[in-house]
Amino acid sequence: MIAHTHPYPAIEVKALSKSYGEVRALDGISFEVGRGELFGLIGPDGAGKTTLFRLLTTLIAPDQGSASVDGLDILADYRRIRQRVGYMPGRFSLYPDLTVEENLAFFAALFDVKVRDNYDLIAPIYRQIEPFRTRRTDKLSGGMKQKLALCCALIHRPSVLFLDEPTTGVDAVSRNEFWDILFNLKAKGISILISTPYMDEANCCDRVALINEGKILEINTPQAIVEGFGETLYALSGEDMFGLLEAARRDKEVRRCYPFGETHHLLTSPGFDPRRFAEALTATGFCGVSVRPVEAGIEDVFIKRMGNG
Amino acid sequence: MGGFMSFVRKEALHIVRDRRTMLIVLLMPVVQMLLFGFAISTEVNNIDFAVVAPKHSEAIRQQVERLSVNDYFTFKGYISPQATDELLRQGEVDAVVVFAEDYDRRVNAIADGYPTGPAIQLVFDASNPNVAASGAGYLQNALQVGGTQHLPIETHTMYNPQMKSAYNFAPGIMGLIFLLICAMMTSISIVREKETGTMEVLLVSPVRPLRIIVAKMVPYFLLSCINLITIMSLARFALEVPMTGSMVGLIGISLLYILLALALGLFISTVANTQVVAMLISGMVLLMPVIMLSGMVFPVENMPNILQAISYIIPARWYIEAMRKLMIEGLGFGAVWKEFVILIAMTVVLVTIALKKFNDKLE
Repeated sequence: MIAHTHPYPAIEVKALSKSYGEVRALDGISFEVGRGELFGLIGPDGAGKTTLFRLLTTLIAPDQGSASVDGLDILADYRRIRQRVGYMPGRFSLYPDLTVEENLAFFAALFDVKVRDNYDLIAPIYRQIEPFRTRRTDKLSGGMKQKLALCCALIHRPSVLFLDEPTTGVDAVSRNEFWDILFNLKAKGISILISTPYMDEANCCDRVALINEGKILEINTPQAIVEGFGETLYALSGEDMFGLLEAARRDKEVRRCYPFGETHHLLTSPGFDPRRFAEALTATGFCGVSVRPVEAGIEDVFIKRMGNG
Repeated sequence: MGGFMSFVRKEALHIVRDRRTMLIVLLMPVVQMLLFGFAISTEVNNIDFAVVAPKHSEAIRQQVERLSVNDYFTFKGYISPQATDELLRQGEVDAVVVFAEDYDRRVNAIADGYPTGPAIQLVFDASNPNVAASGAGYLQNALQVGGTQHLPIETHTMYNPQMKSAYNFAPGIMGLIFLLICAMMTSISIVREKETGTMEVLLVSPVRPLRIIVAKMVPYFLLSCINLITIMSLARFALEVPMTGSMVGLIGISLLYILLALALGLFISTVANTQVVAMLISGMVLLMPVIMLSGMVFPVENMPNILQAISYIIPARWYIEAMRKLMIEGLGFGAVWKEFVILIAMTVVLVTIALKKFNDKLE
C-alpha cells in the first residue's frame, strides 16, 4: 500500500466558478480538505454540490479559479487525477443488467486492477452483498446497490473518494451502516468529500461546508457551527400547529418561524419573553401552547444564514 | 488490454441479456428476406386460365388440351370476351388466352410466310408481377411448342405494366438492416450510459474514450457480420439471387458499410442526450431517407432533381447501388470502385467528426 505522505492537502479549491448559461452554479468558492479528513458538503438541491463534484473529478472545466486534487491540477493533470480518485455519482452508476460480481469485475478492469488485489479494502462492505453476487443489480435493494457502488468506487484503492449524495433514497438503517463504513475508510487514510441533503448526517463529518446557491456560507466543524448560532432558539408547539405558525409569524417580536419536525422553531428579537408570548397565544384561543428553548442544529444555522443571505 | 476485453465482454453481456432485442436483431433479417423472397419466388405453378375462342376449331381445341395437361396450368373453361376483365379482377383466373376469330387462317398465313396480325393474345393479371412474368413466359412457350414455330403472340400485362422485380429488395434490406443494428443500437447503447450516469464513472476512469468507443462497437460489428452471413446465405440459397459478382467486393463493401453505420451511431450519440432522442434521430433522420431516397423502394432516376441531389449524401444509396451491381448484375469489383471510394470518404468524415465531438469531458 502506498503511504500517503504527500505534502499537499487532499483537495484544494481556490475561487472556483462555473456557470451554465445565466445560472451561476458555483460562485467563487474556496476550501481545503486535509489528508484523511471526512469533509461534508451540506446544502439543498441546486446548491452546486454536483457541479463541484464534476469539477473536482475533472468531468467539466471551471470558468474561473483553480483546484487541485492530491496536489494535481484539475486542468493540467486531469488524467493523473483520474487514476487516483474514486467517484460515486448521485445516481448509483452501476449496470442494472449485470450481476453484482460482473459489475465489480468490470470496474476493477476499468482501472486495470484485479478484484483480489484490493479485496482487503472492500471486504468489510463486499461481504454483506457477497451472498447475492450472482444476482442482477437491478434486483438489489437501495442499500445494497449503494454498498456495491461504493465497492466499485473503491476497487482501485483511491486516495481521495468523492461521494455525491450517497445516502439519498436509502433507508435509515443502511444510512447508519454506510457512515460506519466511511469511518473505517477514513481510518485507512482515505480522504473523503461527501455531499448530503440530510442535515443530521453533518455531525458525522470532521468538518462541513454549508453551501447554497453556489456560495459557501460557512466552513467549520459541526460543533463549532452549531455553537456559532449565537442566540436562543425556541420551539413552539400546541394543538393547532398550522394556526400557531400563522399567529407566530404575525408577532412583531418573532423574526422567523418555520416548521421543524413536530414543533415550530422561532428566531426572536431582543426582549422576547417566551412566557408572555405563550400566554398571549393562549389568550387568543390556542390550546396546549408550549414555548421552550431548544438547542440549535445545523439545519437551524442553515436556515438562519440563508435568511440573512 | 485486459481492460479492453472486459469492456467488450460487458458490452456483449448487455446485448445477450436483452433477449428480446437480440432476437429481433437476429431474426429481423431472416424474416424480411423470407418475406420478400416469397414474393420473388420464381417457382410459379397453378396458373388458372380461361380461354376466349370466338370460333372453335380443331387447332384451338388441341392447343387448349395441351395446356390443360400441363402441370403448371389449370383450365377453367371457355368464356366470352366481355367476361375477361371481370374474371381477372375477381381473381377467378390469372390469365386469359384469347384466340383470334380467324385463328386457323392466321396460323396458316404465318406458316406460309405472309404478314398477318397476332393469332393469340394473352391477358394477364400482373398485380402479382412474378406470377405474371413467369406465367406469361410459360404460357408462351407452351403455345409455341404446340403451334407453328414463329407464332407471334401479343402479351398484355394489366395493373402493373412495369413489372418491377423484387430482386432489388435484397440489397435494400441489407442497407436498412445494417443501419438499424449498427447506427441505432450503438447510439442507444452509448446514450443509455449517459442517461443512467455510468458514463460519468467511465470518463472519470483512466480509460481513454477511444477505447470505450471501440469496445462498444466490437460486439455490434460481430452481430452485423452474423447478419451479413445470414442475409447472403438466404439471398443465395432461398431467393436464388445469382450473386455471380465479386465475392471479395461484396463482403468488403458490406464491412465498409457496417463501419460507416457504426460511425453514424457514434455521431448520433454525441448529439443525443436521451435514448428517446437517439431513437428518433436514427428512425427519422436515418431510416426514412434510406427507405425513401436510397433507391430501395423508388428508383432514384425517377425522383425530382432536388431529391436526387439529397440522395447523393445518403450512404445507403451508394451501398445499395454497389450491391445491386455485385449481387444481381454479377459485375466485378472494378464496377463498384466509385461507390467504394465514396463510402470510404463518408466513413472517414463521420469518424473524424464523431471522435472530435466525443471528448473525455461531460460537455
